[in-house]
Amino acid sequence: MTSPLVELKDLTVDFPVGGNWVRALHGVSLTIRRGEALGLVGESGSGKSVTWLAATKLLPAKARIAGEVLLDGRPIQGLTRDQMAGVRGKRVALIFQDPTSSLNPVHRVGTQIAEAVRLHRGFDAAAARAEARRLLDRVHIPSAARRIDDYPHELSGGTNQRVMIAVALAGEPDLLVADEPTTALDVTIQAQILDLLAEMRRETGMALVLISHDLGIVADITDRVAVMYAGRIVEEAPVDALFDDPRHPYTQGLLAALPDVGGPRRRLTAIHGQVPNPAALPPGCSFAPRCPAAIAGCVTAIPSLDAVAADRRTACFRARPATSLEIAA
Amino acid sequence: MSALLEVEGLVKHYLVRGGGGLFGAPVVLKAVDGVSFSIPAGRTLGLVGESGCGKSTTARLVLGTLARDDGKVVFDGEPVGAVRDARWRAQRRTMQMVYQDPLSALDRRLTVGKQVMEPALIHGLGTAAERRQKALSIMDAVGLSSRFFDRYPHELSGGQRQRVVLARALILSPKLLVCDEPISALDVSIQAQVINLLLDLQDQFSLTYLFISHDLKVVRQVAHEVAVMYLGRIVERGDPEALFHAPAHPYTRALVGAIPTPLTRGRARASLQGDPPSPINTPPGCAFHPRCPRAEARCRSEAPLLRPLDDGRFAACHFPVLSTPAREAA
Ligand SMILES: Nc1ncnc2c1ncn2[C@@H]1O[C@H](COP(=O)(O)OP(=O)(O)OP(=O)(O)O)[C@@H](O)[C@H]1O
Ligand SMILES: Nc1ncnc2c1ncn2[C@@H]1O[C@H](COP(=O)(O)OP(=O)(O)O)[C@@H](O)[C@H]1O
Ligand code: SF4
Ligand code: SF4
Ligand SMILES: [Mg+2]
Ligand SMILES: [Mg+2]
Repeated sequence: MTSPLVELKDLTVDFPVGGNWVRALHGVSLTIRRGEALGLVGESGSGKSVTWLAATKLLPAKARIAGEVLLDGRPIQGLTRDQMAGVRGKRVALIFQDPTSSLNPVHRVGTQIAEAVRLHRGFDAAAARAEARRLLDRVHIPSAARRIDDYPHELSGGTNQRVMIAVALAGEPDLLVADEPTTALDVTIQAQILDLLAEMRRETGMALVLISHDLGIVADITDRVAVMYAGRIVEEAPVDALFDDPRHPYTQGLLAALPDVGGPRRRLTAIHGQVPNPAALPPGCSFAPRCPAAIAGCVTAIPSLDAVAADRRTACFRARPATSLEIAA
Repeated sequence: MSALLEVEGLVKHYLVRGGGGLFGAPVVLKAVDGVSFSIPAGRTLGLVGESGCGKSTTARLVLGTLARDDGKVVFDGEPVGAVRDARWRAQRRTMQMVYQDPLSALDRRLTVGKQVMEPALIHGLGTAAERRQKALSIMDAVGLSSRFFDRYPHELSGGQRQRVVLARALILSPKLLVCDEPISALDVSIQAQVINLLLDLQDQFSLTYLFISHDLKVVRQVAHEVAVMYLGRIVERGDPEALFHAPAHPYTRALVGAIPTPLTRGRARASLQGDPPSPINTPPGCAFHPRCPRAEARCRSEAPLLRPLDDGRFAACHFPVLSTPAREAA
């Protein structure tokens, strides 16, 4: 069996906060298969971004990281910052929420794409510029020949996000991690960018990790979804299974709290309480104080993320355990 | 039923620097360009549209915190002036605003209790003891326990802060709440709490809402009527179910069709091409024509007026879509 593209094993991250270490990530394990699209959802502060910043060594040096990251089955811990820079962009590319501030304001967009092409594929200046031009066409920027010499501030948010995607594609990565790529954009532009990401994935066969707090976006273009809560993955399932039959009470709560444009209009069922402070997590299951299904045992131990069916994992004492038959299926 | 709020022909134009750099000739930016609507007492009008279409400007014009260039606003039978005299202040007491970011709307040096009582103090309402009593009862109504009375805003979660903002607005017993993206800054699991709270408060205090949001899903949850804005104008207005199920205006159609939801996963979306044009140099004729899949020659020269359709809805389009549901066409 070939090894998965990327494997995160028991990743933990601690940040120094006022003289103490505060754990932001409590052992995240995740597998990305070649070519698949994984959605990572969770609310603000749940650890979505930190997971991938830790995996790609982009966190500030003061952060304490433990656990393993495997690329093609090989650990990347030993890599130096320089070697890691080669992996980033070339093997794993990242794009972020606010395209306009992720681009360098003083360089023309064409130059920034060409730079990435030179860095990752060793083209000379003329070839890199031609490739930049081709990439702008590829991400469907109209009149690419003229836009190539524009500065980011001369372009709209949607066009800048297309430029970011072009920069990301420059290294022909095997995995694109898109962190809230459409959150800063209007809904009609968001739809364009989601369509573009899906198209690029079809054409290049690259894998995609789409980070979002919006379940609708994730449902739209991913195959599998991992739900995070308070620094842990609490549920992981194929996209249809997750939405049709959520097993974790937090996922169930999120779906019940979600308004929709279609279907019958009903009063939303809110999750009561609030997201816990990472510096003072409740004992046992972090969701226990808000969980309608909690039992006494939930506050004394932390549920592990276990298989509940083929290709499904849930971290909840009350989720139905998988039979060996289901797992073998 | 007479309307609590009536707005007619609101206009706000700005002169901004043109394209020619620092010394470019000033050009007109049409932030709001002829907006009319009315809201009956106790009802909610949802105002939706993409960023920059003029929603917040409309809100400020309604409240009179921004001077309008044209049009009129009548609140509870009285014209709302743009002059900040005693009458405006008395009127303002019964029209309150709730903003997107609760933290910046609060004073970080004041305890929650002081902030909630402050508007009553400013308007000289009641004795200190009465204000305290009222504040505690309003805090209870918005779901803030009295133990928060002596806490500071930074010690509260986003949802709790938005409750403080609501309590502060409600202590003056307003008739109208203008909510500008009131839940956009909140965590996903908290948004439903605040949506439900707004609905309960409306029942309890017979409140009227002008509810502004870019999120159609949220607007559908709270609004009795919806108005869709595009480049400073209302392009469609009507019952939320009719409007979201079978939008008549091609822009509403695109907007509804673009929303990704778990319910519609896997279905093809009919995407809208292009960026929204800027409110400077809006296209002639129908401002939506450069992006409209139904545009014809007439659309490029003649601006469509907001006209009633058979089912009581209003649409500003020469060729409105009259039957097919939005999300099944593709
Ligand atoms: N540089 C840092 N120093 C200290 N704490 C940090 C730092 N970066 C992140 N954190 C903390 O780590 C936790 C997880 O943050 P992360 O950015 O991964 O959240 P997220 O799920 O991406 O949220 P959002 O949806 O808001 O982007 C939070 O509690 C956050 O405050
Ligand atoms: N003080 C101002 N000067 C110039 N332009 C402004 C000013 N306030 C708002 N605008 C412009 O008016 C338009 C509508 O703005 P706004 O009402 O804030 O939109 P929305 O709330 O729908 O996002 C935008 O193009 C905005 O840039
Ligand atoms: S482990 Fe207990 S508290 Fe946690 S989600 Fe499951 S039932 Fe709820
Ligand atoms: S008037 Fe014409 S361009 Fe405008 S929305 Fe209607 S069909 Fe489209
Ligand atoms: Mg993040
Ligand atoms: Mg606004």
